[in-house]
Amino acid sequence: MLNCRQVARLVSQSMDARLAWHQRLAMRFHLLYCVWCRRYAAQIHFLRKATKNLSGDQPDASAPKLSPEAKDHLSKRLQEALSKPPSSQS
Amino acid sequence: MTRVEGQQSSSLQEPQNAVPVGNTQPVVNPERWVQDYGDALFGFAVMRVRDRAIAEDLVQETFLAAIKASQAFSGRSTERAWLFGILRNKLVDHYRLQSRVMPLADLETFLPEESGAFAQTGVSKDGWAPGVGPEAWETPEAVLVNKEFRQTLNSCLAGLPHKAAQVFVLREIDGVSSDEICKDLGVSPNNLWVMLHRARMGLRRCLEVHWFARTKNEK
Repeated sequence: MLNCRQVARLVSQSMDARLAWHQRLAMRFHLLYCVWCRRYAAQIHFLRKATKNLSGDQPDASAPKLSPEAKDHLSKRLQEALSKPPSSQS
Repeated sequence: MTRVEGQQSSSLQEPQNAVPVGNTQPVVNPERWVQDYGDALFGFAVMRVRDRAIAEDLVQETFLAAIKASQAFSGRSTERAWLFGILRNKLVDHYRLQSRVMPLADLETFLPEESGAFAQTGVSKDGWAPGVGPEAWETPEAVLVNKEFRQTLNSCLAGLPHKAAQVFVLREIDGVSSDEICKDLGVSPNNLWVMLHRARMGLRRCLEVHWFARTKNEK
């Protein structure tokens, strides 16, 4: 019989790999009678859904921004690179 | 080289023969890159390397590589998507280098969060400890579009241990397969599962405390 500690690990693992049939069976059996682990499973699946929205490539007011100094530095490096004659493209 | 599944594959490998209609070169505008895409690329990189200095370097490398490869830019994708594609490749290179320089310590896979979550002794040993077991969350679907919730989730993510957060972002946000993460970061599948488990335990608990318990009390 699995305990909650083991089931929590298996629930997570099942989201990243295929469990062995006996693990799957034991996990499902535990979930039948354990409301805590059922919630845990539902919540980490919800987490997966929620984090999908966070890709970070869309504008987000709370996302970290470049400092003005870093922007200056970047602009200078870009200018330097642009003023160099283009190297021959392979 | 589509090491990162999903939207933008590497545009460094865009076909050279994709001649645009009318023979006009698609316009790339390096002078505007810092202003137009600097923050977005930086935010994307910080989330994944969790270090501002490294993220700045990666953005710089991205721009420099883009200038070198600008003739290969065919205009099939937007300039923005093209730059993100280059940044993704730079990130993968960074992960690979990092896994060679700093192999994963055993310490990183130890689970301190777990020890508090489960009862250590007694009849309910290894069951959820009183007070920290998962509480019922009310209508979680509705919060998916809530801005405040996203911010809470982001700060919970920022509070995770470094490696756990990194693999979590790769797996859940970038949708990279377990096999690829193991290969790129040089970790065993077992280490990966432990780290992901650790991240999920930590995030779930953080959300419960900082979001779901709070919204419940407000009612």
